Amino acid sequence: MKLGEEIAQRLAFGQALVELGEEKPNMLVLDADVGPSTQTQLFGHAFPDRFIEVGIAEQNMIGIAAGLSTFGFIPWVSTFAVFMTKRAGDQIRNSVAHTKANVKINGAYGGLPTGRAGATHSAIEDLAVMRSMPNVIVMDPADPQEALVCARLAMEIEGPVYVRTVRCSVPVIFPEDHKIEIGKAVKLHEGKDIAIISCGMMTPRVLKAAEELKKQGISARVLHMATIKPIDVEAICDAAESIGKIITVENHSIIGGLGGAVCEVVSEFAPCRVKRLGFPDIFLESGDDEVFFHRFGLDIDGIASTAKLLAEERGRTKDVH
Amino acid sequence: MDDKALYKLNSIAQQLRRLIIETAHSARAGHTGGSLSEVEILTALYFSFLNIDPEHPDWEDRDRFILSKGHASLGYYAALAQRGYFPIEELETFDREDSALQAHPDMHKCKGVDFSTGSLGQGLSIGVGIALGALKKNKRIRTIVLLGDGECQEGQVWEAAMFAGSNHIPKLIAIVDYNKVQLSNRVDENISLEPFAFKWEAFGWNVLSVDGHDIAELLSALSRADHLSEQGPVVVIANTIKGKGVSFMEGKFEWHGKAPNDQEYIEALKELNLR
Repeated sequence: MKLGEEIAQRLAFGQALVELGEEKPNMLVLDADVGPSTQTQLFGHAFPDRFIEVGIAEQNMIGIAAGLSTFGFIPWVSTFAVFMTKRAGDQIRNSVAHTKANVKINGAYGGLPTGRAGATHSAIEDLAVMRSMPNVIVMDPADPQEALVCARLAMEIEGPVYVRTVRCSVPVIFPEDHKIEIGKAVKLHEGKDIAIISCGMMTPRVLKAAEELKKQGISARVLHMATIKPIDVEAICDAAESIGKIITVENHSIIGGLGGAVCEVVSEFAPCRVKRLGFPDIFLESGDDEVFFHRFGLDIDGIASTAKLLAEERGRTKDVH
Repeated sequence: MDDKALYKLNSIAQQLRRLIIETAHSARAGHTGGSLSEVEILTALYFSFLNIDPEHPDWEDRDRFILSKGHASLGYYAALAQRGYFPIEELETFDREDSALQAHPDMHKCKGVDFSTGSLGQGLSIGVGIALGALKKNKRIRTIVLLGDGECQEGQVWEAAMFAGSNHIPKLIAIVDYNKVQLSNRVDENISLEPFAFKWEAFGWNVLSVDGHDIAELLSALSRADHLSEQGPVVVIANTIKGKGVSFMEGKFEWHGKAPNDQEYIEALKELNLR
């Protein structure tokens, strides 16, 4: 993958599964009739004996995966994040999270980009749901490269991991030797006027927004949270204490996801001003992804202008206290 | 099966009933009705059919058992204790703080529990996964899943049934404790399962129907199911009576999730000791 290249993250993830499948003979993939969409079909073509098509039956898929894991198999389950985390939410909670089953969960089509499928298919609350379950690690990779890194890391962890991917193309921002640590933020940009904390596909555009802000004389610290849970408490507190203003940016509802997690941390350990950028408490609609991202201030200009407003807001910085 | 062996198994079943009543009474908690209905099924499994070793509960080549109707843990724990997985006295800790014997079976806390259950409808999918895993590992083990009848109102049960039937999953045997009564009412007055055998058949399963309180009949059905399951999944519909063995509990939904008080405890034990 070349830096700056635009690649559909689902495709990168599907290829990552094939790459991992070659390394790990005990890895299996289960999908609920959406393999051509999630791109787990690539694994199915490469390893037909290790791909299990369960049909449109997400709840059963989770149980089968949990049962398979008792024999040392490492099953990936994949379907649209919206159905994975709610239709099969109870199954994930009780048969996987509570039992610490070694099942890896891919919530594909995370957030808004669903190929114009609208309200029923957009996963605006999957991070909130998964974050609230004990024993589950929650990842939202930024780009195609990090999707591979997260998938690989998930395989190394014993226990349930939720890896969210998006349908759309995302520019590659990380080099091939990119590494992440569970519960550690990746600092992508240093700054003192505002801290922007983002996850998933929002991070590449946050980086561009930071460059825009720089031109306008505003320096932004950019923290990418590849793992929403556990979250990097230290990095958040440091941003809160040394900068005092935080914007969170996510392809998710502002309730319970990254913004929620950051607010939980700062309100308990380092109170400061936080502005959450994400989807307000509404259902999305069908239409063009970028129209909606723009509407909710989740395009580069929107992120930059919100950051500028907050950076210039008076009376809230740490210096004033 | 000779009469002596059968007599012994029936004595064990009666002992399990006493343990259920004693444990429920002492804990003032538990699902008494559905635990009493599954007693002969558990006796047939744990004291005859299952290839298991209580000394080595994690033995990889053991048969697997999943109590999908996880709330009927009183009966399950009684059977596990009686079979030697843990001391009978441990039953006194049932449902208490920090106990291995949680209200619903926890595989990480209780020896002998192959998979945690509690949220209804999930056990058959787990069983399908285990049977599939065993097949992939070339292990000649049997996977048995015990379901409640009310539980069969859950859609996931039929997702799992459809998958297992369609894929001809071998060495998978489901048993339904068909006691006809669920938490709030008679099953057929809530949502009828009938024609029940026909439904399983339509999903690609071989179906055997038995008197779920007749151990000889259960064992003969299990043996036949074992044979049939080489080709695909088999369900044993075990016709039972909720609260079986204690007259005032029999057939009553009120005894779904209730423990006997002191007076009821004495009366129940009196009835059970008479047999």
